[in-house]
Amino acid sequence: MTGFVAVLAATEDIPTPDVDWSAIAPNLILMLGGILLLTVVSVVRGRLPGWFHAVWTISVATAAIVAVVPLWQRVQDSGPESVLAGALVLDGFSLVVTATICVSVILAALLLEAYLRRERLGGPEWYVLMLLSASGGVTMATANDLVVVFIGLEILSVAVYVLAAMHRRRVSSQEAGLKYFVLGAFSSAFLLYGIALTYGATGSTNLSRIQAFLADTVITQNALLLGGLAFMLVGFGFKVAVVPFHNWKPDVYQGSPTPVTAFMATAVTAAAFAALLRVYVTTFGPTYRTEWQPLVAALTVLTLVVGAFLAISQTNVKRMLAYSSINHAGFVLLGVLAASAAGDAATLFYLVAYTFMAAGSFAVVAVVGRRGDGHHDLSDYQGLSRSRPGLALVFTILLLSQAGVPLTAGFLAKFYVLAAAVESGYTWLAVLAMLTAVVSAFMYLRIVVTMYFAEPEGEPRRPRIPAAAGLAMGLCVVGVLVIGIVPGPLSDVANDAVSQLVAVGR
Amino acid sequence: MRVEMFTFLMAGAICLFGALGVVLLRNPVHNALSLVATLFGIAVLFLNQGAYFLAAIQVIVYAGAIVVLFLFVIMLLGVDRAESLERDPLVGQRVTAIVIGVAILGLSLTVLLAAGERATGAGSGVAPLDPGVADVNRLGRVLFTDYVFAFEITALLLTVAVIGAVVLSRKVGGAPIDLDEFPDGTALDQLPVAPDASADVLDDEVDDDVAAAGDGTADGGDDDPAGEDADAVPEPEGSRS
Repeated sequence: MTGFVAVLAATEDIPTPDVDWSAIAPNLILMLGGILLLTVVSVVRGRLPGWFHAVWTISVATAAIVAVVPLWQRVQDSGPESVLAGALVLDGFSLVVTATICVSVILAALLLEAYLRRERLGGPEWYVLMLLSASGGVTMATANDLVVVFIGLEILSVAVYVLAAMHRRRVSSQEAGLKYFVLGAFSSAFLLYGIALTYGATGSTNLSRIQAFLADTVITQNALLLGGLAFMLVGFGFKVAVVPFHNWKPDVYQGSPTPVTAFMATAVTAAAFAALLRVYVTTFGPTYRTEWQPLVAALTVLTLVVGAFLAISQTNVKRMLAYSSINHAGFVLLGVLAASAAGDAATLFYLVAYTFMAAGSFAVVAVVGRRGDGHHDLSDYQGLSRSRPGLALVFTILLLSQAGVPLTAGFLAKFYVLAAAVESGYTWLAVLAMLTAVVSAFMYLRIVVTMYFAEPEGEPRRPRIPAAAGLAMGLCVVGVLVIGIVPGPLSDVANDAVSQLVAVGR
Repeated sequence: MRVEMFTFLMAGAICLFGALGVVLLRNPVHNALSLVATLFGIAVLFLNQGAYFLAAIQVIVYAGAIVVLFLFVIMLLGVDRAESLERDPLVGQRVTAIVIGVAILGLSLTVLLAAGERATGAGSGVAPLDPGVADVNRLGRVLFTDYVFAFEITALLLTVAVIGAVVLSRKVGGAPIDLDEFPDGTALDQLPVAPDASADVLDDEVDDDVAAAGDGTADGGDDDPAGEDADAVPEPEGSRS
């Protein structure tokens, strides 16, 4: 019992780490923005105009992007830093992913504004959860510790589970929320188990220390580490919906409120891929590349093929886009598989480009879905070129970009990823990816043909385009075209945004 | 009698009686409280072995969180709901439980008897990780140095969970609007009280700003129900992928 008393009586100073507030400013802005919104709204309930939540959210996300800029300069000038006792890392890669997540928050908030008005829903919780979820995503992207990766993933996911189920009058939304929650919790358990095994094998959860340990030590019995790598791959694979862990995606994408689907397709995917890349390529790449690459190559093949072929057999546009996003995940996985600087840059380029393509496409889907969010069949798009020529044109541009047509962002994104894969010796996979791109192009063209050439039964409906949704679509189209025609700035940024680990001072 | 032996016997007795209480008492709340007694006894046994952190965690996590969760479920289901013990919800549950219980008892007895003089009853000889510093101190220190960010940001996770729970448990205003997408029925149909179908239904006019809330058509706002969402119909898990 004396030991216990000694514990209680002992007073000693703990050398707590220095907190570099400016280095975590973007994350803090998102976090505090979400919590402040909740507080402000509950204090001045009912006296705020309807647009207040959306404007607040967009301002917060913009402020976070602004906060990224000086940090980017700092990293470019003085190199990457490790922050908060090695829990986080400040490098170009994490900053670009942070900005991408903020952009997707802005786009999703614009969509949400129009959507909530149309569905006669409301409340600040949608925006609060989105901001907090984005903060979790940023935590994941900047994490330098497996425990922090896990907690970031949970913050991101739990908020999105709730968002998916928040259209309470649609049974399919509730179904989506429940399905996502159960399967997501299952996959989190896999990730956690993998982290535990990795900790057992390397003696640390800190990515820098793991990397240093593996570089210095030859492990004779590496079954523990291999098990950890495999389990973590399952956990991350679930989040980015890599085949065979993709089963939740079509149902969840279809059932969720469409702006939430847009958020999932952009922010969640970007954060999960950022964490995947940092763990596998940056941490385990130098030493254990040959062990995980065959696994990831197999997953890439499955993801590309299954995503493309199941997409063409759908007749629900939201479901089609869900399957096509699986195919896109396969392309991003190619960049991860390359495990090189070129691969990192290509992955980043793809994630940014896909943010605009996916958010824009789901914006169109949200508008065409009309009140009730239930009109997503291919037949609902018949005659859209006549009733809403602008909308049809926007959707066509975004779909062509997703298909990878030159002069759009999608073409260069695919090109960089394939080039990186070829450079790393995966020519056969690059060829396969091209073939699946052709297959999914058929699906995109099918939607375009339906919009322009199919004869509608009766008078085609004119879906109302709210200003906020129109603005989101406009931003996406501009983004897709600008990246496609003037790719220089973004690809320069992506090339400078190296994913690095900094040794943690001890 | 040494103090350790006395503590061991007392804690062991508490554990045993608690365990018997879990199985034999008839009121579910009493069962759960007996479980708390058992878990406390185990915590004392940990203390007796010098494992202070495990003892604290045993109380905080098991007695504090898990049993409280059990109690919540019992309260939600109703304390005095008569539970029929005649039929097993899972076939062969009882037989399997007896077989496994006997096997575990036999195994523990075998180990104890076979070990013979090695089971001395002395405290465990595991040294602290860091001589001179208790393990709890080490854990606390790590939590506020290396893992301070993870520790702090867990607060955000809890906030998100609270917001989510409040949002999702709020009352829904109005009937479901997409039941036509589920021709085979949904879990809603199994509720004792069907949702009020005459509640305001969203209407599907293009100029929805003018449409009054009350005058919607009663068919769930769908204007072409025949075969529209043939592929959107959720089917059993196996048939879609």
